[in-house]
Amino acid sequence: MSRPEHVSPPELFYNEREASKYARSTRMMQIQSQISERALELLNLPDNTHGLLLDVGCGTGMSGSVIEENGHAWIGVDISKDMLDIAATNIKDEGSDGDVVHRDMGTGLGFRGGVFDGAISISAVQWLCYSSHKEHVPKLRLKRFFQELYGALRRGARAVLQLYPETPQQMELITSAAMAVGFTGGVVVDYPNSAKAKKFYLVLSAGQPTQLPRGKDGAGEERPLFHPGRRSANADTVDYESERRGFRGKKRSRNEDVNIKSREWVMNKKDRQRRQGKEVARDSKYSGRRRKGKF
Amino acid sequence: MKLLTHNMLKCNVKGVNNGYPLKIEVTTKEIRETEMNPAFLQGIVEKLEWPVFRAAAAQLGEEGLPEAVTPELLEQEDFLKKFHRALLEVVVVEGALICPESGRKFTITNGIPNMLLNEDEV
Ligand SMILES: C[S@@+](CC[C@H](N)C(=O)[O-])C[C@H]1O[C@@H](n2cnc3c(N)ncnc32)[C@H](O)[C@@H]1O
Repeated sequence: MSRPEHVSPPELFYNEREASKYARSTRMMQIQSQISERALELLNLPDNTHGLLLDVGCGTGMSGSVIEENGHAWIGVDISKDMLDIAATNIKDEGSDGDVVHRDMGTGLGFRGGVFDGAISISAVQWLCYSSHKEHVPKLRLKRFFQELYGALRRGARAVLQLYPETPQQMELITSAAMAVGFTGGVVVDYPNSAKAKKFYLVLSAGQPTQLPRGKDGAGEERPLFHPGRRSANADTVDYESERRGFRGKKRSRNEDVNIKSREWVMNKKDRQRRQGKEVARDSKYSGRRRKGKF
Repeated sequence: MKLLTHNMLKCNVKGVNNGYPLKIEVTTKEIRETEMNPAFLQGIVEKLEWPVFRAAAAQLGEEGLPEAVTPELLEQEDFLKKFHRALLEVVVVEGALICPESGRKFTITNGIPNMLLNEDEV
């Protein structure tokens, strides 16, 4: 069950075939539109504004269409020319006020300062955590991305990044990179108790502290606010490996109340593997304990 | 590429201090109609580098934009139409963008500027 990020670099993964499959899938369209709507809601733009938004990893322009329906113009950047070619065709055919640029966000964004009223990114930023070329250092690429994102936003504007972190460490890496360049904000988790619907939104504000909105259906599962210099209290107690609908059909059943890497989690996993006939280390009082001295 | 995008883009290649405004080379252009949104135009004005926009518009055959924008102009239908057309309807389909400082050329194909950087430019 491999994630696209493990398969090949994004510019190769989203090739002509994958791009046209992506663009034609009505299911994909539904999911991405819903996420985009939510991201726009979290941007919290004043009513009746008609601004200019940035769409990072805009793909074929599904998220852009939602921006447009909400009365804004947009500029999208993406690393896949095949995705962008479809976006360009859609923009032309629909008489859209969107526009797209071929760009690797890990090399910055290349916009003047303060020009965007907000930014969204739907299902894209986790790609920066993978190093598909030997020169790519995730930490540096994240830094470059966030620096230029911060610069391109109007002071006080927000960026809402919906993403699929593979591990809690990835979420931490991404969040701390954002905080390091001056963003404030934190993670909003929608539907934390549903493996299918669970979604992570990194809600960031450029130059103004934000009051984080509540996650949907999020009773008791609200992520704490991140402050610069303060680590999230329990960033590593959440099961981040949400199911990624659309990328893979297979559903994962997992007891979501169990913290990843806890003793209970380890025991469950071992049980599962035993049932699958795999060789599993015997249980001991050390099972599931944190090993010291490792990073 | 629309002129709105041109107005916002800069060259951020390593070592370049002033990669703005990018020069435009036009091989083919088109007019693609979109619906006019006066509220958007009134808001975006303050974010535009107006002289850059005006010069780019003129280069693409959209003459007659004023040297400066006044609040009164922003209420005039005539002006808004011209403004809208130059900002969002004129599209550079094939051509290039050129960094004013380094001369680095970014090609535009199928209306999409290629701003990908080489490793040594990051
Ligand atoms: C799942 S698609 C989402 C597309 C679009 N946002 C949507 O909601 O339909 C992820 C997109 O991220 C883009 N992407 C991945 N890594 C990128 C990078 N380093 N720079 C720019 N775009 C990237 C991919 O090319 C792909 O189009």
